[in-house]
Amino acid sequence: MNLYLECLAALTPEIVIVATALLVLLVDLAVVQEKAAAHRAALAGAITCLGCSLAMVWLALMPCSVHTAMLAVSPMTQWIKLPLLLMTFLAAVLSWHERFTRHAGEYFAMLLLAAAGLMLLVSSDNLLLIFIALELLSISLYALAAFDKGSVASSEAALKYLLFGGMSAAFTLFGISLIYGIAGNLQLGFIAARLRGQPGEPVFYAGLVMTLIGFAFKLAAAPFHLWAPDVYQGAPTPVASFIASGSKVASFFVLARILLTAFPNARGTASLDDFLPGWAPVIIVLAVLSMVAGNVAAIVQTNVKRLLAYSAIAHAGYALLALLAGQRYALSALLFYTITYAFTVLGAFAVVGVVENSGRQASLGDFAGLSRRAPLMSFCMLVFMLSLAGIPPLSGFFGKFYVFTAAAAAPPQLSLLWLVVVAVAASAVSLYYYLQVLKQIYAVAPPPTSSWTRPAVSAQVAIVTLAVIVIALGCVPDLLLGKITALLKSHPF
Amino acid sequence: MILTFLTFVPLTAGVLVALLGPDRQKLGRNLAFAASLLALALAVALWALFDNARGGLQFVERAPWVPSLGIEYYVGVDGLGLLTVLLSALIVPFAMLASWKIGNNPKLYFSLVLFLESGLFGTFTAQNFIHWFVFWELSLIPAFFLIRMWGGPNRSSAAFQFFVYTMAGSVAMLAAFLALYAATGAFDFAQLAQAAHRGGLFAGHKTLATAVFLGVLLGLAVKVPLVPFHTWLPAAYTEAPTGTAMLLTGAMSKMGVYGFLRILWPIFPEQMRAWRLPLLVLAAATIVFPAAAAFAQKDLKRMVAYSSINHLGYCLLGIFAAARLTDGTVAWTDEQAAALNGVMLQMFNHGLTASALFYFVGLIEQRGGALRGLNDFGGLRQAAPVFCGLMGIALFASLGLPGLNGFPGEFLIFKGALQLASLTALCSIPGLLLTAIFLLTILQRVFSGPLPAKWSGWPDLTMGERLTALPVITLIFVLGLFPQLLTGVANPAVMQLLKLF
Amino acid sequence: MLAWTIYISFLAAAFLMFLPGDNPRPAKVTALLAALAGLACALMGVIQCREHAGAGVLTDVVNAPWIAELGIRYHLAADGISLVLVLLTGIAAVAGVLFSWNVETRSREFFALYLALIGGVYGVFLSVDLFLLFVFYEVAIIPKYFLIAIWGSTRREYGAMKLALYSFVGSAMVLVGLIAAYVVAGAKTFDLVELAKHSHSFPAAFQNWAFIVVFVGFAILAGLWPFHTWAPTGHVAAPTAASMLLAGVVMKLGAYGALRVAMTLFPIGLHTWQNTIAALAVVGIVYGALVALVQQDFKFVIGYSSVSHMGFVLLGLMTLTQIGLSGAVLQMFSHGIIAGLLFAVVGRMVYDRTHTRDLAELQPMNLNQVLPFAAATFVVGCAASMGLPGFSGFIAELQVLVGAWQTFPVFAVLAAAGILAGVAYTLRVLLKAFFAEGVVDARARPRCERISLPERAGALLLLAATLIVGLCPRLLLDLITPSLNSPLMKPLWKAGLP
Repeated sequence: MNLYLECLAALTPEIVIVATALLVLLVDLAVVQEKAAAHRAALAGAITCLGCSLAMVWLALMPCSVHTAMLAVSPMTQWIKLPLLLMTFLAAVLSWHERFTRHAGEYFAMLLLAAAGLMLLVSSDNLLLIFIALELLSISLYALAAFDKGSVASSEAALKYLLFGGMSAAFTLFGISLIYGIAGNLQLGFIAARLRGQPGEPVFYAGLVMTLIGFAFKLAAAPFHLWAPDVYQGAPTPVASFIASGSKVASFFVLARILLTAFPNARGTASLDDFLPGWAPVIIVLAVLSMVAGNVAAIVQTNVKRLLAYSAIAHAGYALLALLAGQRYALSALLFYTITYAFTVLGAFAVVGVVENSGRQASLGDFAGLSRRAPLMSFCMLVFMLSLAGIPPLSGFFGKFYVFTAAAAAPPQLSLLWLVVVAVAASAVSLYYYLQVLKQIYAVAPPPTSSWTRPAVSAQVAIVTLAVIVIALGCVPDLLLGKITALLKSHPF
Repeated sequence: MILTFLTFVPLTAGVLVALLGPDRQKLGRNLAFAASLLALALAVALWALFDNARGGLQFVERAPWVPSLGIEYYVGVDGLGLLTVLLSALIVPFAMLASWKIGNNPKLYFSLVLFLESGLFGTFTAQNFIHWFVFWELSLIPAFFLIRMWGGPNRSSAAFQFFVYTMAGSVAMLAAFLALYAATGAFDFAQLAQAAHRGGLFAGHKTLATAVFLGVLLGLAVKVPLVPFHTWLPAAYTEAPTGTAMLLTGAMSKMGVYGFLRILWPIFPEQMRAWRLPLLVLAAATIVFPAAAAFAQKDLKRMVAYSSINHLGYCLLGIFAAARLTDGTVAWTDEQAAALNGVMLQMFNHGLTASALFYFVGLIEQRGGALRGLNDFGGLRQAAPVFCGLMGIALFASLGLPGLNGFPGEFLIFKGALQLASLTALCSIPGLLLTAIFLLTILQRVFSGPLPAKWSGWPDLTMGERLTALPVITLIFVLGLFPQLLTGVANPAVMQLLKLF
Repeated sequence: MLAWTIYISFLAAAFLMFLPGDNPRPAKVTALLAALAGLACALMGVIQCREHAGAGVLTDVVNAPWIAELGIRYHLAADGISLVLVLLTGIAAVAGVLFSWNVETRSREFFALYLALIGGVYGVFLSVDLFLLFVFYEVAIIPKYFLIAIWGSTRREYGAMKLALYSFVGSAMVLVGLIAAYVVAGAKTFDLVELAKHSHSFPAAFQNWAFIVVFVGFAILAGLWPFHTWAPTGHVAAPTAASMLLAGVVMKLGAYGALRVAMTLFPIGLHTWQNTIAALAVVGIVYGALVALVQQDFKFVIGYSSVSHMGFVLLGLMTLTQIGLSGAVLQMFSHGIIAGLLFAVVGRMVYDRTHTRDLAELQPMNLNQVLPFAAATFVVGCAASMGLPGFSGFIAELQVLVGAWQTFPVFAVLAAAGILAGVAYTLRVLLKAFFAEGVVDARARPRCERISLPERAGALLLLAATLIVGLCPRLLLDLITPSLNSPLMKPLWKAGLP
C-alpha cells in the first residue's frame, strides 16, 4: 500500500498534466463551443499553462524518490521534467494566437498528452514503459503535426511522420524483445547485471543496434532523418518547435540512460585501432553522418523551417558525441547541450512563427529587412542563430565546447580527437547558413510593399524570455551546469 | 645645446610655415628666410667658438635613445663637420633668395627647403649611424617633392629616378650597417672606427667584410655621385627649380663626400686600401667623362650639372689617392694631408661656386623666356655687363683660376694625388682641360660676340639680385686669396683622419 | 581599471542598441565618448601597471571563478605586451570613430557593432584564461560580418562572408588545439600560465601537430601567406572604420594569439615548424609587396601592403630572439597605427569624396591641390609605411631584421628586399593617387568639400602616435622587452631556445 501511495505521489505531475488535458477537452466541449475561435484557443491555452505551472511548482517543491520495477523517479529525473514542462508551457503560449485550427481544445489536449509522454519517458527505467511512453509521445505528435487541415503540407508531414515513426517503433520493439530474450529482464539495472562478463552474442548486438535505430529515428539522426525536413516544414510552427525541443531532450536523456545503465560493458571501442563491437561505433557512425548530412544539406536551403530541420539533424550529431564521453562528463554534457539547444530552437521557431503570422511564408526572402520593422524580434533571432552556430557568449557555444571537450577527454585520451575535428569543421561550415538568415534580416533592404502586423504580446514575451535564457546560460553556464553536476554527483545512475 | 638648436630651428620653422593658412604666403616666405638667417647666425657662432687647435669632436651632445639597440642621440662637430655645416647654412638663404619669386604655393616650397636644411644639419653633426640615417633619409623627401612639384617638364621621371637611386643606395647602406651591428653590437661611428683599427670588424670573414664595405660604398657612391652611379643626376639637376638645384649641388652632394670621410674612411681602412685601384679608376672616370659630356651639351643647366659631377670627382680622387698604405714617413703623410685638405676645401668652394653658377643660369632662363640653350644667346656682355662680370667670376672660379676659390682645393688635391697616385692623376688632367674648354665656351657663346636684336633690351642685374649674389662672390674672392681660413679648420680634422687610417 | 576598457565598450554598445530614433548625432557622440573613455582607461592602466610591466611581472586585473566544472576562470591580466596592444586598440578605436563621423544611415547599429568589436578585441588582449580568450576572439567575428555586409562597398556580402568563414575556420582550428591541450595537460585548468607550465610535459608528437594547427588557426587572421586571401577582399569591401580596425587591430589579434597561445603552449612544436613558418612569412612579405605594386585599386594596394607588413610580424615572432620578438610586437603597434592612417585617407578622405578608387581615374584629378591635407597626411603615412626612420616602423623593422639575421640570415636578406619593394609600391601609389603627370587638366579637378574637423583630429591622432613612438621608441620598448621574460613567456625560453 505504501508503495502504491508513494508511486502515486511521485506521479503527481503526470497526473496533473493528464488531468489538465482532460479538463481542457471538457471545458472546450461543454462551455465555449459557440465562442469565437480566438477565445477558445485563449482559454484552452490558459488552462494548459496553468496546469504546466502547477506541475512545475510541484516538481520544484516536492522532491521525491521511488524505485519500482516500472518506475524510477529520482531527484535527477524530477528535475529534468522542469525544462520539459517549461518547453511545453512556451509552446502553448506560442500557440495561443495561432489560426491554423478551430479545434483548440483538442490541440492543447494533444499537446499535454505529448508532455505526459515526455514525463513518463524520463521517469522509467523499464524498457517496456519506455516504449509505451515513447509511443504516447509519438502518436500525440503525429496527430499534432496534422492539425493544420487547411495545408496539404501539414497532412503530408504527418503521414510521413506516422509511417516513419511506425516503422521505427517496430524496430525498437523488436530490438527490445531480442534484448529481453538474451537478458531475461526488462529493467535496465538488471539487464546490466545479467550481461556482465558474458561474451556478446550476435543476437544481442542485433537487438542493441535495432533499438539504437529506433531511437536514432526519434532523434532525427542521419541516415534516419528523412522525415525531419518535411515534418518541420509542413507541421504548424508551434508543433514543429515542440517536436524540435521537448521530444529531443527527453529522447536523448532516455537513450543515454539506456546505453549507460544497461549496456556499459557493450560499449565497444570508439577509436580507430583495435576495434571492438558495441554501441559506440554505431553512435560514431550516426554522429558523423548526421553532422555531415545536416550541415551540407542546410547550406542550400531557402526555407527557414527546412533549414532549421537540417540544422537539428546536425545538432543531433553533435549531441551524440556526448554519449561517447567518459562517465564523468557524458551525461552532464549531453543534458546541458540538449536543454540549451531545445530552448534555442524553440525560440527560433517562435520567431519564424511570428513572421508567418504577419502574412508571409517562412522562406529566406520573407525575412528581408526584418530588423527595420521588428528590431526586438530580429535581435532575438540573432541570438538564436548565433547560439546555434556556436558563437560565444551564447549557450550554444558553451554547449558545443563542453561536448567537444568531453569527447576529447574520453579515455583513452584524445582517441576521439578525429571526431572532434569533424564536429568542429562541420560547426564552422554551419556559420554560413545561419549568417544567410541573419544577412536577410539585417543587411537586405525590406521590400517596398511590406505590411507588418505586430506580433502578439504573449509571443514577444515568450521569445524575449527564451533569448534571455540563451544569453544567461551562455554567460553563466553554471546556472544550469552547476545544478546538473550537483544532481549527478548525489544521484549517479 | 647649440647643435641641437641648429638642427631643430629649421625643422620647427618648417612645421610652422607649413601650418600657416594658404593666404599667408608672404608671411611664410619671410618667416622661412628669417629662420634660415637664424641658422646661419648659429653656424657662424659655432665657427667663432670652434677651437681650431683641438683635433677631436667639439660641442658634443649625447643621450641614450634606444639602448637595447645601441642607438644614441650623439652629435658633435670636428673640422669636417663644421665646414659642411657652414656651407649648408650659407647655401640655404642663397637658395631661398633665388627662389623668392616662385609662383606656385611658395609657402610649401619654403617649408620643404627648411626641412631639407634640417636634414642637412642633422646629417653633418650625427655620430651614431641610426641618428645619421634618420636625417639622411629626412633630407630625401623634401628634395623629392621640390623636384616633383616645381620642376621642369620632365620632372616626374627625374624625381622618381632621383628617389629610387638614392633610396636603393640607402637601403644598401642600412643593410651593411645592420651587418656591422650584428658583428660588433655598435652603431657608433667612433666605436666602429676603433674596432676596425684594432683588428678588423669581421675577424676572418673577408668576404663578409668586403660585402659590407661595398654596401656602404654603394650608398655613398650614389649620392656623390661616382660614375657609373651618376645617371640620375643630370636629369634631376636639370629639371629641378633653380633654388633646389642650388641646394642639391651646393649642399646635398656634399653629403656623399662627407660620408666617405666620416664613415668609409675610418671604418673600412683595409678594404679601401684593397679596392683602391678600381676606385681610383672610377674617380678618374668621374672627372673625365662628365667633363666630356658637358662639352657635348647644348643646355646650359645640363652643362653645369655635368660639371658638378666633374668637380666632385676631384674630391673622390683626393680621398682615394690618400687611401694608400704608406710607411708613415712625414713625406707621405704630408702628401696625404695635402690631398685631404684639398678635398675639404674643394667641397666647400665647389658648393659656393656651383650654386652661384646655377643661380646665374636660372637668371638667364628667367630673362630669356625659359630659354637656356648654349646657342640661344650671344653678346650679352654689351647688354648686361655686371651680370656678365659676376657670372664670369663664378665661371672662372669653377675653372680653377688662381686667386679665386676654386684654385686652392684643386691644387692641393693634385699636389697630393700626383705623388700618391700618379698615373690616375695624370689621366685626370684631361678633365681639367675639358672643363676649362667648356666653361670658356659658355663665356664665349653667351657673353661675347654680336648681340642679337631680340636681346638688346636684356636687363642687367637688379639691385636685389646683386645683393643676393654679393656674399657668395665676396667669399669666392676671399677664400681664393686666404684659403687658410678654411685649412685652419680643416687641417686638424685631416690629421685626425690620417691617424685613424 | 583595464577591465573597464572591455566593459565600457560593451555597455555603450548595448546602450546604443536601445537608443530610440534614427538621429545619428547621439549615436556618434556616445560612440566617441565610449572610445575616448576606453583610451583613457587604457592609458591609466598603462601608467598604473608600468612598474610591474617594467619588472616583467604579470599584473592581475580580475580573477574570479566562472565555470567550476571545467576549471575555467574569468581571469584578466596584463603584462607589457598586452598593455602595448591595448593602447593600440584605444588609439585605433578613437580614430575609427572620428573617421566614421559621416555615417548617417543606421548609425546606431553601426556604432553598436563597432564598439562590440572593440570590446572583444580589448578582451582578447587582456585575457589570461584560454577559454575566456577564445570567447572574446569569437565574439569579435560577428560584428565584423555585419559591419562589412551592411555598410561596405565593393562586393560586400561576398567579402563579409569570406572574412567570417575564414575567421571561423581559423578559430575552429584553434578550438581543436585548445581542447587537446586541456585534455593532455589533465590539470583541469584553462589558465595560460598554469598550462604553460605543463607545456614541456606534452609529448613531442602531440606538440608537433597541435602547434601547427593552433598557429595556423590564429595566423589565418594575421594574414599568413597563403591563408591571407580574405584580407584584400575583406579590406576593400569594408567601410573605412571597419577596414581601419581590420588591418589595424584585428590582424594583430591573430598574431597575438599565435604568440601567446601557440608559441607558449607548444614550444617543442614551435621549434619543429620554425623554419617553415619563417619561410612563409618571408613569402608573404615579398608577395604582398609585389602584388601591391601592380594593383589598380587604391584600397587593394593598402590591403596587400597589410599582408606584407604582417609578414614582418610573423617573421619576427619566428626568430625566437629577444630582439626579434620585441620588434614583432612593436611592428604590431606600428603597423596598426599606420594601416589605420592609410585606410582612413583612402576610404574616408578620398573615396567618400571622389567615389572612385581606381588609380587611373584618380591621377588626373591632381588631388594634392584639391585635398592638400589628405595629400600631406598620406605622404607622412607613406613615409612611415616605408619604414623611414623617425617613424615607428623603422625601429620595429630594424629589430626584426637584426633578429632574423641572427637566426636565418637568408630570410633577413629576402625581407630586406621586401622593404625595397615596399618603397617601390608605396611611392607608386602615392604618386598615382595624388600627383598628376605632366600637364594638369584643370577641368579634371573634382569639387570636393574640405577635410572636416573630425577627420583632421583622427589623422593628427594617428600621426602623433606613430611619430612619438618613432622618436621615443623606449616608451613602448620599456614595456615590451621586460615582459618577454614574464611568466607568460617563460616557457618559450625554457625549451632551450636562445
